[in-house]
Amino acid sequence: MSTLAETPISKAKREVIEQAVIRFAGDSGDGMQITGSQFTNTVALYGNDIATFPDYPAEIRAPAGTLPGVSGYQLHFSSSDVHTPGDLVDVLIAMNPAALKMNLADLKPNGILIVNQDSFKENDLRKAQMSANPLEDHSLDKYRLFSVEAQRLTRNALQHLGIDAKAMDRCKNFFALGMCYWLYNRSMDPTFRWIDDKFSKKPLIAEANKLALKAGYSYCEATEAFQVSYEIPPARLEKGIYRSLSGNQAVALGFVTAAQKAGLTLFLGSYPITPASDILHELSQYKDFGVLTFQAEDEIAAITSSIGASYAGALAITTTSGPGMALKTEALGLAVMTELPLVIVDVQRGGPSTGLPTKTEQADLLQALFGRNSEAPIPVLAASTPSDCFWVVVEACRIALKYMVPVIVLTDGYLANGAEPWRIPTLDEIPAFPAAHAKNPEGFLPYKRDPQTLARPWAIPGTPGLEHRIGGIEKQDGTGNVNYEPLNHENMVRIRAAKVAGVVQDIPDAVPVGDPDGDLLIVAWGSTSGSITAALNGRRAKGLPGRIGHLHLRHLNPLPANLGEVLKRYKKILVPELNMGQLIWVLRAKYLVDAIGMNKIQGRPFMQNELEVKIEELIGK
Amino acid sequence: MTTDTLPVLTKKDFQTDQEVRWCPGCGDYAILAAVQAVFPELGIPREKFVVVSGIGCSSRFPYYMNTYGFHSIHGRAPAVATGIKIANPELDVWVATGDGDALAIGGNHTIHALRRNVGVKVLLFNNRIYGLTKGQYSPTSEFHKKTKSTPYGSPDRPFNPVSLAIGAESTFVARSVDVFQQHLKDTLKHAAAHKGSAFIEILQNCNIFNDGAWTTLTEKDARSEKIIQLEHGKPLVFGKNRDKGIRRLPDGDIEVVTLGGDITEKDLIVHNAHHPRPSYAFLLSHMEHRPGFPTPIGVLRAWDDLPRYEDVMNEQVQEVIAKKGPGDLASLLRSGDTWEVK
Ligand SMILES: Cc1ncc(C[n+]2csc(CCOP(=O)(O)OP(=O)(O)O)c2C)c(N)n1
Ligand code: SF4
Ligand SMILES: [Mg+2]
Repeated sequence: MSTLAETPISKAKREVIEQAVIRFAGDSGDGMQITGSQFTNTVALYGNDIATFPDYPAEIRAPAGTLPGVSGYQLHFSSSDVHTPGDLVDVLIAMNPAALKMNLADLKPNGILIVNQDSFKENDLRKAQMSANPLEDHSLDKYRLFSVEAQRLTRNALQHLGIDAKAMDRCKNFFALGMCYWLYNRSMDPTFRWIDDKFSKKPLIAEANKLALKAGYSYCEATEAFQVSYEIPPARLEKGIYRSLSGNQAVALGFVTAAQKAGLTLFLGSYPITPASDILHELSQYKDFGVLTFQAEDEIAAITSSIGASYAGALAITTTSGPGMALKTEALGLAVMTELPLVIVDVQRGGPSTGLPTKTEQADLLQALFGRNSEAPIPVLAASTPSDCFWVVVEACRIALKYMVPVIVLTDGYLANGAEPWRIPTLDEIPAFPAAHAKNPEGFLPYKRDPQTLARPWAIPGTPGLEHRIGGIEKQDGTGNVNYEPLNHENMVRIRAAKVAGVVQDIPDAVPVGDPDGDLLIVAWGSTSGSITAALNGRRAKGLPGRIGHLHLRHLNPLPANLGEVLKRYKKILVPELNMGQLIWVLRAKYLVDAIGMNKIQGRPFMQNELEVKIEELIGK
Repeated sequence: MTTDTLPVLTKKDFQTDQEVRWCPGCGDYAILAAVQAVFPELGIPREKFVVVSGIGCSSRFPYYMNTYGFHSIHGRAPAVATGIKIANPELDVWVATGDGDALAIGGNHTIHALRRNVGVKVLLFNNRIYGLTKGQYSPTSEFHKKTKSTPYGSPDRPFNPVSLAIGAESTFVARSVDVFQQHLKDTLKHAAAHKGSAFIEILQNCNIFNDGAWTTLTEKDARSEKIIQLEHGKPLVFGKNRDKGIRRLPDGDIEVVTLGGDITEKDLIVHNAHHPRPSYAFLLSHMEHRPGFPTPIGVLRAWDDLPRYEDVMNEQVQEVIAKKGPGDLASLLRSGDTWEVK
């Protein structure tokens, strides 16, 4: 290890810059996601602030070299605060013509373009539906083009290992990664460590990957391909221990944490679906935390088994994406009716139906709020950044247990797969919320309510003297006995609604970031937080006028108690959403405000620039 | 378990104060009576029982059992029960379900609970009709049956529930009849003793929408000719005069023979419910569809050598804890590469 850890120190001219956006693009078989996440990990470890945007096709392997098969990974890293993965990129690595074609429009003029020259043969161009070779026709003249024989050079470096050509070619992404490490003066050590760990049982493959990485690095060093290399100093983040965290990881860690803070066993019932499956994968590893993961036969069994586990006293959760959410609908009503704690995570993706499985969208909000038969209110929370998923999940569990209700957490594909640095909290920064199962038979009634929260007791099977029946049929308050009387039904509907509305006592008042009143309030929710913050920072940096506030809602049901009052403090209200206008629909209905929508439904997040343009349009330059 | 300190339970302990709302004469009453008679005899504290159901007349069952009970949604009882069992394997979980509930809307959950060998007992109340929704045909209704939704006769071919359960490799499969109280109680006791998943089809009359659902089998005169009672270790004999039996053919198939002359009980198949492979039980389960063959009741299959799903799952957790030690949350949050900002 020690010899490998020695990274050559570059002697080329070094320029200190504040930030960069880099995108790795290639065929989905080229390992672009690994390459991107390795680069991310390395710069994060170095102390840069980061935001990432992995963007991959729905097909596992579309035909190699074709346009639909292109997979990309974008990273924004900086020595100051980062809020988005960046609109345009400074450096584009294109491993084949299809990747070049799909991504070139996002490369800044005069940006660095690194291409794998070996994959620009006639056949490759044809697969990408290109008639001319862009490396030869001057169409790339406005970029700093580095056409590198990545495949041949990788093979050269690995020749002596005696592995076949295919295995050698699989390492060429690490050749490109090595080049990028040189370009940004980064140590290869973290990636060496990762390789050793990943291929501990295949030493030859480990060696091949390391050699390819070093070959890419040395290529830059030896050929002086780039006249300069860049240095992006560490960001000035809050003191503490950090790690890089994706939204799906954050959800998983949040649940394990919540279970410990509640003193309960965690039970996950789930059915695989992109982009939520990684939560199931993560949680299934945490057996040492007593986590029970049940891969059910479908989403209906996933949620109903969770309802059963909740009835039996576990902290029960279920995780899915839109189509799975649709299947859980009827069971959500059962959880409302039986007043059992349950947390449902919907990692939203483009829809309807199968839609855009690997792309992001925010179009399940109304489904989460209303998508059930009859009056079935459920608290809804939404995470705004990858690491925020951790905190939202912990809060959702606390609410579910305190009020004995199902709670829906909305994240999305962009948060799920994107990563950012996370200051790891110490355990005492997270308040405990010990759960209590009912024990005392004296005066026990299954629907006797806590006057403060309206929660019913959680009496679990196995407890002597508390035998009782629950179910989906309307029941009498208190006894829980089946009851069809008209006035009882109205009373019960109102109690269930009041209980959810009462969650507002746990919700802090809304406080906009920026100006507390003025010309424009941007109200939004979920993963658009970063783009909006970046746009407002961008405006401020340019010294543009106007009093603007930004209110990012974490609690979508119930809404903060003072929201109506806050909305009145601004002349205009803008609601940017990655849907056709869902939060705006709620705000208009509830507060009678003439809010203005801004909607994008492309499976991609907002760009900072798009938002800046819209704000300008509303309040001028 | 300290059985000796258990309070003595009686049938009354398992009755609730809720008025039973099945139609007078419904076969469900007899099933309720049998279950309430058997539960106190099992040596299990009352609080350990959980009765889970879906939706249907039959699924009202939990309301009448003074145990823990969960009346869930249509078809999902096996999944709810699976969650309960995984979360607490100590509980004695029974599912009450109907032919529509278990085999139409919930068919998927039924087969998956059985193939996983979740330790739940599934009581399928088979009245060959949708009772609660007032008389549409069900997945067990006969081909050509006229019902409210099939005025010209049903075009569907029915499921044979026990064949289906054996096909899903349920480790315990049995059949009984609402009106055969003693047989039903005995069958329930057999099921109760089984650790893995147990599936019992209970032939049940719906005197409102499908009266006489099973009379061709249960009529006093027909009974012994049409039904064969399976008993482990006993030859397959039936008939009013116990003069008929089931014999193996050289090609592995079976035939009905009349005893007497050369043919004695020694030539007949001796019922082996404990066979590890399901093929023999399947053959038995299917014979009723052939002319001249009887319908089997009793325990077709009881092979209890498979670990229960909930135990496998919880043991996995225990094994990992034994190997790695109990998880430490602070180090989990810090896992992977970390760095310090000073
Ligand atoms: C999702 C859903 N679909 C349909 C129904 C209506 N429904 C209630 S019970 C039932 C059929 C019940 O038949 P079975 O399971 O045989 O029970 P039985 O009433 O005969 O005991 C149907 C279709 C429902 N309750 N829920
Ligand atoms: S409708 Fe049929 S199954 Fe339902 S309670 Fe009446 S008799 Fe029983
Ligand atoms: Mg029925």
